[in-house]
Amino acid sequence: MSLLSVRSLAAFYGDFQALFDVSLDVEAGEIVAIIGANGAGKSTFLRSVVGLNASARETIRFDGQPIGGRPTHEIVARGIALVPEGRRIFPSLTVEENLLIGRHHGRGGRWSLARIYELFPVLAQRRAVAGPALSGGEQQMLAIGRALMSNPRLLLLDEVSLGLAPIIVHDLYRRLPSIIGEGTTAVIVEQDVSQALGVCDRLYCFQEGRITLTGTPRQLTRDQISAAYFGV
Amino acid sequence: MTNGEHRVERATRASRLGAIAGAVVLAALIALPMWGSSSHMRLLVELLSMLTLAQMWNLLAGYGGLVSVGQQAYLGLGGYALIVLADFLGLNPFLSVFLAGFVTAALAVPTAALVFRFQGGYFAVGTWVVAEVYHLLVANSAVLGGGLGRSLQAMRDIPRAQRERVTYWIALGVGVGAIALVYLLLRSRRGLALTAIRDSARAAESLGVDVFRSKLLVYLVAAFGCGVAGALIYLNLLRILPTAAFSVNWTASMIFVVVIGGIGTLEGPIVGTLVYFALRELLADYGTWYLIILGAVAIVVMVRAPQGLWGLVAERFDLRFFPLQRRVRLRDA
Amino acid sequence: MDWVNTIVQGVLLGGLYTLFATGLSLVFGIMRVVNLAHGDFIILAAFLGVVAIGIAGLHPFLTLLIVVPLMFGLGYLIQRGLLSLTLDRGVLPPLLVTFGLSIIIQNLLLEIFSADDRRLDAGWIETASVRLGGQVAIGWYPLIVFAAAVLAIAALQVLFSRTALGRAFRATADDQETVRLMGIDSRHTYGLAVAIAFAIIALAGVFLGIRTTFSPDIGPGRLLVAFETVVIGGLGSLWGTLVGGVVLGVAHAIGAKIDPAYRELAGHLVFLLVLLIRPQGLFARPVRDA
Repeated sequence: MSLLSVRSLAAFYGDFQALFDVSLDVEAGEIVAIIGANGAGKSTFLRSVVGLNASARETIRFDGQPIGGRPTHEIVARGIALVPEGRRIFPSLTVEENLLIGRHHGRGGRWSLARIYELFPVLAQRRAVAGPALSGGEQQMLAIGRALMSNPRLLLLDEVSLGLAPIIVHDLYRRLPSIIGEGTTAVIVEQDVSQALGVCDRLYCFQEGRITLTGTPRQLTRDQISAAYFGV
Repeated sequence: MTNGEHRVERATRASRLGAIAGAVVLAALIALPMWGSSSHMRLLVELLSMLTLAQMWNLLAGYGGLVSVGQQAYLGLGGYALIVLADFLGLNPFLSVFLAGFVTAALAVPTAALVFRFQGGYFAVGTWVVAEVYHLLVANSAVLGGGLGRSLQAMRDIPRAQRERVTYWIALGVGVGAIALVYLLLRSRRGLALTAIRDSARAAESLGVDVFRSKLLVYLVAAFGCGVAGALIYLNLLRILPTAAFSVNWTASMIFVVVIGGIGTLEGPIVGTLVYFALRELLADYGTWYLIILGAVAIVVMVRAPQGLWGLVAERFDLRFFPLQRRVRLRDA
Repeated sequence: MDWVNTIVQGVLLGGLYTLFATGLSLVFGIMRVVNLAHGDFIILAAFLGVVAIGIAGLHPFLTLLIVVPLMFGLGYLIQRGLLSLTLDRGVLPPLLVTFGLSIIIQNLLLEIFSADDRRLDAGWIETASVRLGGQVAIGWYPLIVFAAAVLAIAALQVLFSRTALGRAFRATADDQETVRLMGIDSRHTYGLAVAIAFAIIALAGVFLGIRTTFSPDIGPGRLLVAFETVVIGGLGSLWGTLVGGVVLGVAHAIGAKIDPAYRELAGHLVFLLVLLIRPQGLFARPVRDA
């Protein structure tokens, strides 16, 4: 049984349909990448999994249980954490408070405040600083740390490379496997295809709300990916 | 406006029919003193005053996005302006009703300088505070009669029947004028900006609309309208009392009328005023329960049908009596 | 020396005004909603005190044990049951709904209790005072109210800055969508925020009822006092609200001393002055982009 199982998922923003009949699986322990151009529906997909977008009950199952249509705070309590697009750090909270609120509804596990500070020493240095004063890269680390604090079984990362300098993105992706670590499953949404390919076990390509390709990095060629990405 | 390929139209079938119906009703109303009674005229003066106030509040909130809980300031000031102009300065009382609007609009300028420092909910309470300040200033000035108020002397010499008729016709003029004023304003370029602000202030601003100026204009026009309405009300009542003139209940009625009728439309306040007076007749014997019901209805409408009664009808039947929208008609359509 | 007395009374009166204002600023700070029925809920609390005394014959201070929990629950229900329906629809709906509530409460109270003036009789403590330095007299009761205000603000300050709930409040005010990703039910958080605000309103109402006579129609006046206090003190600052209350209290006291009819006008003028010179208030925090 897959950890996350999605069947015929549709998503709407008002009258606009963003996802059409999306079906995919994520096995426990895997790192799955979702690639695609802007507006392909990647972020919408993550939002639907976590309940920020409405979905029908049976379309999403986590650990065998249907979670479609449940409120976000309930879904997240089952062990899913999302690092949202744009980081969404709480501006009124300090770095440390942002991390602490991450474990508001969490479970025990390897991640604690001390361990996050070990992982990202720069956050330890800036622990009393308010969110907005951090650089883009620091905010991204904070957003990831905040998500890790709940010791999730499934970690969702939405466009972590957005707005960051290439060298920072490179560093982040280099450390990603160890950050995700043993026992955690991850779904990474990414526009930067090469970074995604370097880190994932399998990938799905979205194009205009539909899945156009799936496979492992080894199996797929550049041309195949381009075609699926751009829909040519 | 024609250009080979397309035509921009404003009138709809409904609006043409509406214009005809409106003309008929207006003719009947103008002739009312011939076929109606004194109490009919008095009721209509009340109704037309309320309609004017509602159009102004609707302009503020529905198009300017400004929720004011302090319009009673201009109502009261308008009433007192009438007394000052007609009694103290000896001007024609009927002309003074119109001039009172200019007095209140002038006072609205420094007022705006203060209250526009607020936004949203704080703006609402801020306008209320300012209304209270005007109330206290007037109630404490002996020359205006202090807390006991004043009578309007200028109408004393006019025979009663004539006084009632002329007051009525002025009310009709004010009511129709208010609708016309708002209509023309909304039809203008500034009006297009206002409609954009109504739908989304942020989007409008990003398109270059001067939101501040539009809001200021709307605020001044509303002050003018409420001032004229206030003068009209006290022309009819002949006696003004500060607590009543500056009472927030006036604004409460305006809010009720606009919310129930349909905010952000011209037809809404008309419908709302009719409903308000119908309810008042119906629930006349129930005292405070009337107000409780009013408040409850306003809440329910706001939660369930925020577009109001007219909004529901307009959506359902795609109806618009006042031709404010422009439609593009393609050549071969 | 009489002026010193007046100022001292004004300062202590500021305690009551602070209690008026805190609930208003709490709800606005977290939810960006101005509750136009705020003053009427204060009066409602005072009348609940009347009922509690009528049923159980309690001393007014003890009625707090009933009125505070009752209002706490009422606040939660009103938020979850009514206000939540209007929150994501712009500025108008919450304002108009609370305005409707204001009308309903005033007239319901009028219907049930009539327009007669009421008072919660607390006995000897109302007039007991202590003399300082021979000339200045400080009433025990105003002192108690002032102390309660300081305690309430201190408690809220601790709640906000040191507790998980406080973090949840601040985060929800920042970004109520992302806060759900933390496993926090933002609807429940809003409910608690209003509930706490109502608990403070309950305090304010009962203390008001002991200090002075009240009737169903004086609610709006209390809203204006609360509002002016918040604006003078500065949005977003809890201790600023205390300062705002004191400033307004002193203004009222001095105004009343010159002429009882000038009491409120003095307050309004000070408010307008602050608005002109320092519109963000005396202690404003930078306001986040809403």
